[in-house]
Order: sequence, then structure tokens, then C-alpha cells
Amino acid sequence: MIRVVLPYHLRTLAQVGGEVMLEVEGQVTRRSVLDALEARYPMLRGTIRDHVTQQRRPFLRFFACQQDLSHELPDTPLPEAVASGAEPFLVIGAIAGG
Amino acid sequence: MSGVRVLVGTRKGAFTLTSDGKRERWGVGGPYFGGWEIYHVKGSPIDPNRLYASQTSDWFGQIIQRSSDGGKTWETPAGPLTPGPYGFPMGQSNKFTYDTTPETGRPLTTHQWYDGTQHPWEFKRVWHLEPSLSDPDTVYAGVEDAALFRTSDGGRMWQELPGLRGHGTGPKWQPGAGGMGLHTILLDSKNPGRMFGAISAAGVFRTDDGGQTWQAINRGLKSSYIPDPNAEVGHCVHRIAMHRSRPNVLFMQKHWDVMRSDDAGESWHEVSGNLPSDFGFVIDVHAHEPDTIYVVPIKSDSEHFPPEGKLRVYRSRTGGNDWEALSKGLPQSHCYVDVLREAMAVDSLDSCGVYFGTTGGQVYASADAGDTWAPIVQNLPPVLSVEVQTLP
Repeated sequence: MIRVVLPYHLRTLAQVGGEVMLEVEGQVTRRSVLDALEARYPMLRGTIRDHVTQQRRPFLRFFACQQDLSHELPDTPLPEAVASGAEPFLVIGAIAGG
Repeated sequence: MSGVRVLVGTRKGAFTLTSDGKRERWGVGGPYFGGWEIYHVKGSPIDPNRLYASQTSDWFGQIIQRSSDGGKTWETPAGPLTPGPYGFPMGQSNKFTYDTTPETGRPLTTHQWYDGTQHPWEFKRVWHLEPSLSDPDTVYAGVEDAALFRTSDGGRMWQELPGLRGHGTGPKWQPGAGGMGLHTILLDSKNPGRMFGAISAAGVFRTDDGGQTWQAINRGLKSSYIPDPNAEVGHCVHRIAMHRSRPNVLFMQKHWDVMRSDDAGESWHEVSGNLPSDFGFVIDVHAHEPDTIYVVPIKSDSEHFPPEGKLRVYRSRTGGNDWEALSKGLPQSHCYVDVLREAMAVDSLDSCGVYFGTTGGQVYASADAGDTWAPIVQNLPPVLSVEVQTLP
């Protein structure tokens, strides 16, 4: 199972508590994880990736295993620790302060 | 006994304010969608339990929410959970994409940017939701960058009506400081094919065929801040309003100037009269008196607060020109809030109620057509929109 951690507002939108657990068939990539996430929680479509371009929304970043994966290609395999479920895939929103 | 439900959109969530017909004691519901910007919440005129809300975020984009129980519970029309991984999404209620198909769409042109150069059309958010007068599942959405969308399945899918954006003057439209949004949609109850849309900063547009074709209707508007003060488009119209019994008469709060049209927008003339400032955002019409209108003057486009620090609604009982200040119950010193374009509404009880919200988080109500005012709530986040439902 793939573990995904969403920012607070997306957890409330999807009505989930802590981590989201997903089964992903085939290679575990950013694209396949987000495809599975949006298939299960269709209200999240467009909130992480643009509807048309599928580009990451500008105020969001992707992390896992202490690495910034935001600028990796979408079909690059995620770290083995994410694929095995040992580590979560993190969707992080820019901090709002001031 | 009849009552009212006030639907309030704020920078940090939505709220419902409810009262019986006396409008003295209020219940407060919310916050709904806490932390999100709620640009607009509006109910169906034929099914008051059906509400739609525009929920937006710079982080996460656009969400459409729908309620079928008067705001007690909400759902995204895309549907709740789908079974299992790789299930099939049940809809695309958050998706607003401009129509560029050869069959129905128009080429996605550019519009004017702040510096006068051309800029591509980019969807940012839904500013306004206007439910149909005849079908609770049909809703029009005015969006930024300015375009008109429609759903006919309760918000699951949205399609652009590209005739507005593509009617010809689009490359001359430009954003105001708040963006380039289609912020007002008025439906003509006597002519189902006719509707009006207002865009900052482009002007007013009218369709007579249900949104397929449009024409600019800005003759008579004068805007000294644009190169040609009498241009066909480019005017920063802040709000337009009509009385449903007299849809050919329109009232407008422009950036500067309060205007009136007696011919469905074919021509406009100024009715600012004795207002202390003719800059402002809101304008609305009394529910039973088509010539009684309300504005909230703001000092200037550089100082977005009331003149003299006194929050006053101005009422004209003559359709403009002659205005009286309404201040009883409103702060008359050190008040520096703003009242945004979507933040005034009226109910249709026998004694017409008038409501408005401020950027200071107050929502004021008058149960006597503006003669006296009292705050319903005083410490909400900045208020973006106010709508009222009159309940049986």
C-alpha cells in the first residue's frame, strides 16, 4: 500500500483523517500515485495538478524520504521506500504566514 | 411564519445567518469550508434548499460545493468516494476549461494585460454563481479570467458558453486590480433568452438568445481613466442590478459614477446626483419598489473606505439623482471598512430587508428598508458576498 499525506485543506475536502492508503498497480510514480488518489477521491481532481496540463499547482511541492521530488518527471519511479509503504509520499502546501 | 436565510461568503469560510420574519434574533451557522475563500453562495429561486458555493484557494484551485438541505450539509457534486483504486471519477465539478473546440468553441484569444500587452486567458476562480430561474440543476458561473460557464446537471460538469468571451471585443478586455472577472449575471424573468453579464474591466454585455451571442452595451459610460473615455469596452463596471418586474431598467455602480439604463442597456445616463462620492461597489434594488435603490459610497479608488469614516447607505426613492443618507445604527466615526461588489442583498418580506457585509467582518441588516440598521454578526473574516433567501 502506498501512503500519501495530504495538506489539511485537502484532507477536509476529501473527508479523510490521517494518511491515505492507496493501492497502485504497476510502477509507482508520481503520476500513478496521483491518478489513484484522484480516482478514489474525485473531489481532489484539479487541486494538486492542473486539470488540463497536469502540471503541479504552483503553491504545492512533493516530498518523500527527505527529498524534494517536486521537479522530478512525473513518470520517474518514486523511492523504493515509498513503493513499499515504508515512507509516505507528502503533498505539502506553501506556508501561509504574516 | 416566514423567515430569511442570509448566505455569507468570506475570506475564510461561509456562514449562514437565519431568522424569522421579524429579523431581530439570529442564528449563526458555520464556518463552512473554514480557511477557504468563499467568493459566492447562492440558492435556487425555485428550490431554496438547493445552494451552490464557490470555494477557492490560491493553493488548491476551484471547488464547487452543493447543498440540498439549505446549507446544513454540503457535497462536491463530483460525488463522494468511488469504490477502490482506479475507480471512475463521478464527475468533474471543479473543472472549468475554456471551450476551444472547432465545433462549438472559439479560438482562445488573448486579452489585454495591465501593461497593455496581450495575455493568454487563464482560469483562476468562480466569482459568481447564478442559479436558473426554472431549474435547480442549471446554474451559470461567472469566472476569472472573464467567461461564462453553465451546468445543467447540478454542478457535476461545466461547459463554457464561448459566445461571450469570443464575441469580438475580448482582446480589449483588461483586469482591474482585483482581476478580470465576470462578477454579475442577471437573468430576465420575462424573457428567458435574455441575460446580462458585467465584467471588470470590460463593461456590460447582453445576450438575447440564451448566451449564444452577445453584444457590448456600454453606450453612455464615461471612464476618464482609459485612453478613450467613451470606448465600446474597457469600463470598470462594479455591479449592476435590476428589479425583476422591470427588467429593462438597469442600475449600475461603476468604478466612478452611478448609472441607469431604461432600455435594457442600450444607453446609460448618470444618476449619481448628490452622493458624497460616486465611487463604490454595491448597488441593489428594493424588493417591492423598482425605483428605490441602494448604494454604499466609498471615498475613492485610492482610499477604499467610507467618506469621513462614516458608514452610510444611500437610498434613492426616485431611481437615482436624489439620495438620502441612512446611518441609524451604523458606525458614524472611525469606520474604515469597505463593502465589496457582491456584498449587498435584499429580502422580499413585506417590509423589505436590506443586508450588507464589510471587509471588517460585520454583516448589517435593516428590516425596514434601510431606515434603521443593526449588526447580525461583527467579527467574521472579511465579507466577500451576501445573498438572502426569503423562506416560506
